[in-house]
Amino acid sequence: MSANLTSASDVRLLPLGDAAWTVEFGSTIDPAIHARVLGLAEALEQARLISRGGEACGREFDGIVDVVPTFRSLTIHYDPLRTDAIRLGEALCALAAASGVKPAHGRRWGLPVCFDDEFAPDLADLAASKGMTTADVVQMMTTTEFQVYMIGFMPGFPYMGGLPPALHMPRLSSPRKAVPERSLAVAGEMCAVYPWESPGGWRLLGRTPVPMFSAREAASPALLASGDRVFWQAIARSEFIELEAAGRAGTLDRQQFLLGSESV
Amino acid sequence: MTTGLIEIIKPGFANGIQDTGRYGYRHMGVAVSGFLDRLFARCANALVGNTDDAACIEMRVTGPVLAVRRGPVRVALAGNVTATIRRATGAAEELSAWRSATLGCSDVLEIGAVKGGTSYLAVSGGIAVTPQLGSRSTYQRAKIGGIEGRLIAAGDVLPCAAASSDADEERQAPPWRHADSPIRVVLGPQIDHFATEAVATFMASEYQVTPQLDRMGMRLQGEKLAHVTSSAADIVSDGVTPGAIQVPGEGQPIILLADCQTVGGYPKIATVICADRPRLGQLEPGQTVRFAATDVTQARIALEEQERAWRTWASQIVFGGINFDAVYGDGSGCWKDDDDEILV
Repeated sequence: MSANLTSASDVRLLPLGDAAWTVEFGSTIDPAIHARVLGLAEALEQARLISRGGEACGREFDGIVDVVPTFRSLTIHYDPLRTDAIRLGEALCALAAASGVKPAHGRRWGLPVCFDDEFAPDLADLAASKGMTTADVVQMMTTTEFQVYMIGFMPGFPYMGGLPPALHMPRLSSPRKAVPERSLAVAGEMCAVYPWESPGGWRLLGRTPVPMFSAREAASPALLASGDRVFWQAIARSEFIELEAAGRAGTLDRQQFLLGSESV
Repeated sequence: MTTGLIEIIKPGFANGIQDTGRYGYRHMGVAVSGFLDRLFARCANALVGNTDDAACIEMRVTGPVLAVRRGPVRVALAGNVTATIRRATGAAEELSAWRSATLGCSDVLEIGAVKGGTSYLAVSGGIAVTPQLGSRSTYQRAKIGGIEGRLIAAGDVLPCAAASSDADEERQAPPWRHADSPIRVVLGPQIDHFATEAVATFMASEYQVTPQLDRMGMRLQGEKLAHVTSSAADIVSDGVTPGAIQVPGEGQPIILLADCQTVGGYPKIATVICADRPRLGQLEPGQTVRFAATDVTQARIALEEQERAWRTWASQIVFGGINFDAVYGDGSGCWKDDDDEILV
């Protein structure tokens, strides 16, 4: 961890009303900035665990109700009647100054995706505009490690970085009225999956059979979390159909898609 | 356990089950949801003897028609709405808001049009559907909470607690009055994305509520709010919360409400303080609002003052002595105690 990354001078504590603080580490999408977000999230989690176990210190964290990592900041939502907001803000600043970076070293997933034409309406266009074949694009998508920056926009929607620059394309000029659920999509430098059918302007390159959000999994309804890494693995249509049916029936074991913790 | 059951005969329009909200899942993109006006809901709950977090039916257009299938069930309305009780005996009586009534088996409650803002129906014990992810609040986008994540529909049978039919347990209180002073906000978090005069304009001008209003947010129309540069009208997404006021490039503010996303890509000029958020639930298209800046410390004082005011309101609840002419039905056509399987 380098000294400039742990310097607190560029950390900003911003009020999001009287029930949330946003600790901001930068204004851009940058893995180094996100590593600091994850570093603070981890330090805060530790501090809250200690606080629950003891009496002496750390009570300023007791009123926290939600902690939301984004690309470049951590938003800490608190119960304003159970929290001394000013003390919490000071404690967060101190934690941010002392916490280091945490490179995205969350869980590693190998997630299946089918790139067949019917699931990939923008694959041929994207390939053509980049002077590549669709096989080239699939090859790049399946040999790249994607990092989950944050979950947002809709429940379980992962914003993933790592898209090779050769595949960067702006959004569609006219968004689709209905993007099918579980579509694998790219826009700009980002990759994502639409957990639900929704309007959307990202370019659709395939579809995964794995649900991105399932309320049945009460402990962790969203499949992915900020800091996770994802590898896309191409599957045939027949396998897609089978896994999709299992997903719909609620019999799909999500753990089967977890890879070992070491790097590929 | 003694339970009550109510059946939705007509769903009304866009009515859903809400409680105090769903916490602990915002990092997964799950909105906090919950009451648009937690104070009106709290009043309705208090009028049937519930705790603050009991689930209610939230209504903004036309209320539902419902029948008690197992009772008695105590009900109360808070907001700008009235209802008619049609007793199983054939008798009819009006039920105004801010007081309770007790419904026996086969009694029908016809809730009318909501005359502005957001109203609540509380029932004894709260609407006891199974919580999902820690809350009964309906969040349609993820199809969770309420009944299968959707609005109420005809034929839904909602469990609640049976109430005593003791008329001394009826409650009434004066209507809760929200303040009509400017809505207080904490400036930021992206105050530096706005021209200095934009902040002054925002505080000095009236903004009109447009028809673009739902549980996710409301668009306002008024003096344009200029960003420092055109590129300052977009940010790399960061955390948002109900009450946050986003200003996209066109310069018109959008106030986020209970079902808002967890992150957003427009700069936020300010955020409505918790004490004044319930008032947002009562705003209607065409109404105008003004804003006033405060800070986090003053906002806490305002919230504590509001807590005291609410306790004063609750202390004015009068028990009994109202409407003793209620005649309860003979119980024919009601669910028996062993009908619990219909709850599954």
